[in-house]
Amino acid sequence: MSVTLTERAARHVANFIGKRGKGIGIRLGVKTSGCSGMAYKLEFVDETLADDIVFDSHGVKVVVDQKSLVYLDGTELDYVREGLNEGFRFDNPNAKNQCGCGESFNV
Amino acid sequence: MALLQIAEPGMSAAPHERRLAIGIDLGTTHSLAATVKNSVAVCLADEEGRVLVPSVVHYRGDGAIEVGHAAVAAQPVDPRNTIVSVKRFMGRGLADVAHVETMPYVFEETPGMLRLRTVQGSKTPVEISAEILRVLRARAEANLGGELTGAVITVPAYFDDAQRQATKDAARLAGLHVLRLLNEPTAAAVAYGLDNAAEGLYAVYDLGGGTFDLSILKLTRGVFEVLATNGNAALGGDDFDQRLYCWILDRARIAPPSATDTRRLQMKARAVKELLTVSDEAPCQLRLDSGESIDLAVSRAAFFEMTRPLVQKTLAPVRRALRDAGLAPRDIKGVVMVGGSTRMPHVQRAVAEFFGQEPLTNLDPDRVVALGAAMQANALAGNRKAGDHDWLLLDVIPLSLGLETMGGLSEKVIPRNSTLPIARAQEFTTFKDGQTAMAFHVVQGERELVADCRSLARFELRGIPPMTAGAARIRVTFQVDADGLLSVAAREASTGVEANILVKPSYGLTDDEIAGMLRAGIERAGDDLAARALREQQVEAERLLEATARALDADGGLLDAEEHARIAAAMDELRILVAGGETARIATGIIALARASEDFAARRMNRSIRAALAGHKIEEL
Repeated sequence: MSVTLTERAARHVANFIGKRGKGIGIRLGVKTSGCSGMAYKLEFVDETLADDIVFDSHGVKVVVDQKSLVYLDGTELDYVREGLNEGFRFDNPNAKNQCGCGESFNV
Repeated sequence: MALLQIAEPGMSAAPHERRLAIGIDLGTTHSLAATVKNSVAVCLADEEGRVLVPSVVHYRGDGAIEVGHAAVAAQPVDPRNTIVSVKRFMGRGLADVAHVETMPYVFEETPGMLRLRTVQGSKTPVEISAEILRVLRARAEANLGGELTGAVITVPAYFDDAQRQATKDAARLAGLHVLRLLNEPTAAAVAYGLDNAAEGLYAVYDLGGGTFDLSILKLTRGVFEVLATNGNAALGGDDFDQRLYCWILDRARIAPPSATDTRRLQMKARAVKELLTVSDEAPCQLRLDSGESIDLAVSRAAFFEMTRPLVQKTLAPVRRALRDAGLAPRDIKGVVMVGGSTRMPHVQRAVAEFFGQEPLTNLDPDRVVALGAAMQANALAGNRKAGDHDWLLLDVIPLSLGLETMGGLSEKVIPRNSTLPIARAQEFTTFKDGQTAMAFHVVQGERELVADCRSLARFELRGIPPMTAGAARIRVTFQVDADGLLSVAAREASTGVEANILVKPSYGLTDDEIAGMLRAGIERAGDDLAARALREQQVEAERLLEATARALDADGGLLDAEEHARIAAAMDELRILVAGGETARIATGIIALARASEDFAARRMNRSIRAALAGHKIEEL
């Protein structure tokens, strides 16, 4: 099982952690809510928890809790630019359909 | 599909509940927006990567409105319909604006705020500012990929109620929810304080396009407190341009230029000024529409020399603010430079000499205010974990707020430099028997006499039950919210009748008034105290005369003709003294009348006691 970052995403994460001044990595997760059942979580990590699984992707620590990993296995996080807006996008092979906003999905 | 940003641990928002908030620096010359993305404050750029939006609005003949760079291009061609530095007009009447005669606009004097007649009709400064805010809002929504929760907009610390309200109105017109108005220097301190986590006393020296502000701030453990603010609402980079423009006109020996040429020359002057920040000499070459041409070289030394008085002018408010805070220049741990005009080397040198240290310039002086506002917006929108960076912002009111009392005296209810938000209540009473209404006059300023303060609002409380003078208890509450806007409420205690007022845009202060009012308050303190003492004696004398006359009416029969005449003579004497205006002599007259009527008062007292006792047995009492 694994969760990865694209090289571009890893570069941006490292950059943001540097500017923020603290943090050991990035947390990807899901929580049950939203219009399609599940919602993505994307947070800085200051400390890992007991049931966390840690991956390394292009030198960046990617932290996922065990429950979320079931829904995120195989996911690749990318950093993209759309017009003036730029940010992270989950490419999740488990997601069957997404709501239009892309912030929630179901499996 | 929406793109995600990295949240603080535990702060991921539920879908569709992301709280997008921005900070806006609505400046005289430039405006810009910033936001906190991935926990870092960043300025928002347009498609071409430009962050600053020139605060220029062009109303075109075809009904289109251009804002920013496109409008700047229209300046030389259509100066009458191209509005620059609209911030100077916010909440102002025509009489309050300096250099009106050199501006190419058609002004309309209307009650309250002035208006500008353009090809698209009559426009208020609020409407014009809203156009700038609309552009920033659209840019932010494109950048953030969603609708904004709200914005923090910065204003100069010296903006009065009218100017703050006008700024809020402009934001509402642009479809922005204002989370809060924030003083510009405070925003700069937010940016510096949090980024550098430095504690101590700081001065924020903000020389923008049109205004100068100096604030003394205390930073401790992430808490910001403004100890004092001072400034000049009519001093900024534009004045340096104007000085250089006049110098060029003088040297070039040309006929008074047309409106178009004037604008082109002013733009040239600004370009020359900016070039002199990095080079020792700048060429000034321009071919005018009139056929004349200008070919001059301006040296840095000459520019510094002609604008030295302007630089010196900024130091007066610096001294006043330090004095207000009870500090010496050496107490200041660091000086934060804000505003594009602080790039000028001689400004930096003057500040360094005054404080005996190099000012802080490591954040871009054009962006630091917007970045701080963005951090504040992010916190207010609820995107930060409580306790993480749990900081509080304390702002102060720049001028004391008070009420007019008998004799035209100003009773200060909220002293200046009180921290915001604040509510203060004070009790007042009636002056005359049977008085059923009371007029309130809300004033702003440091002087003792109302005539020397600025009138903010008037309102009346009616329906006070008739009582003897001094018996009614009327509680007046002054409340200033976090945006610096004032509401005043009056309530009579026994009946609960109420009246209140929200202070709304009226006239702004004239350009030198704010600084002048503060200066006068300090310089004239001695005169004011004497004037107050005199008014107080006069009011006291009038109160005594009134009470004595009433007693004579009611119980005059207790006195023989001689006694009556003696009291009447003392009253006449006191009336003359009141008109004479000598405090000590009025005081003597009050004592004389009190003595003359002592015996009468005692007899009246006995009589009322007898009346109360008559027909009662001892046991009943």
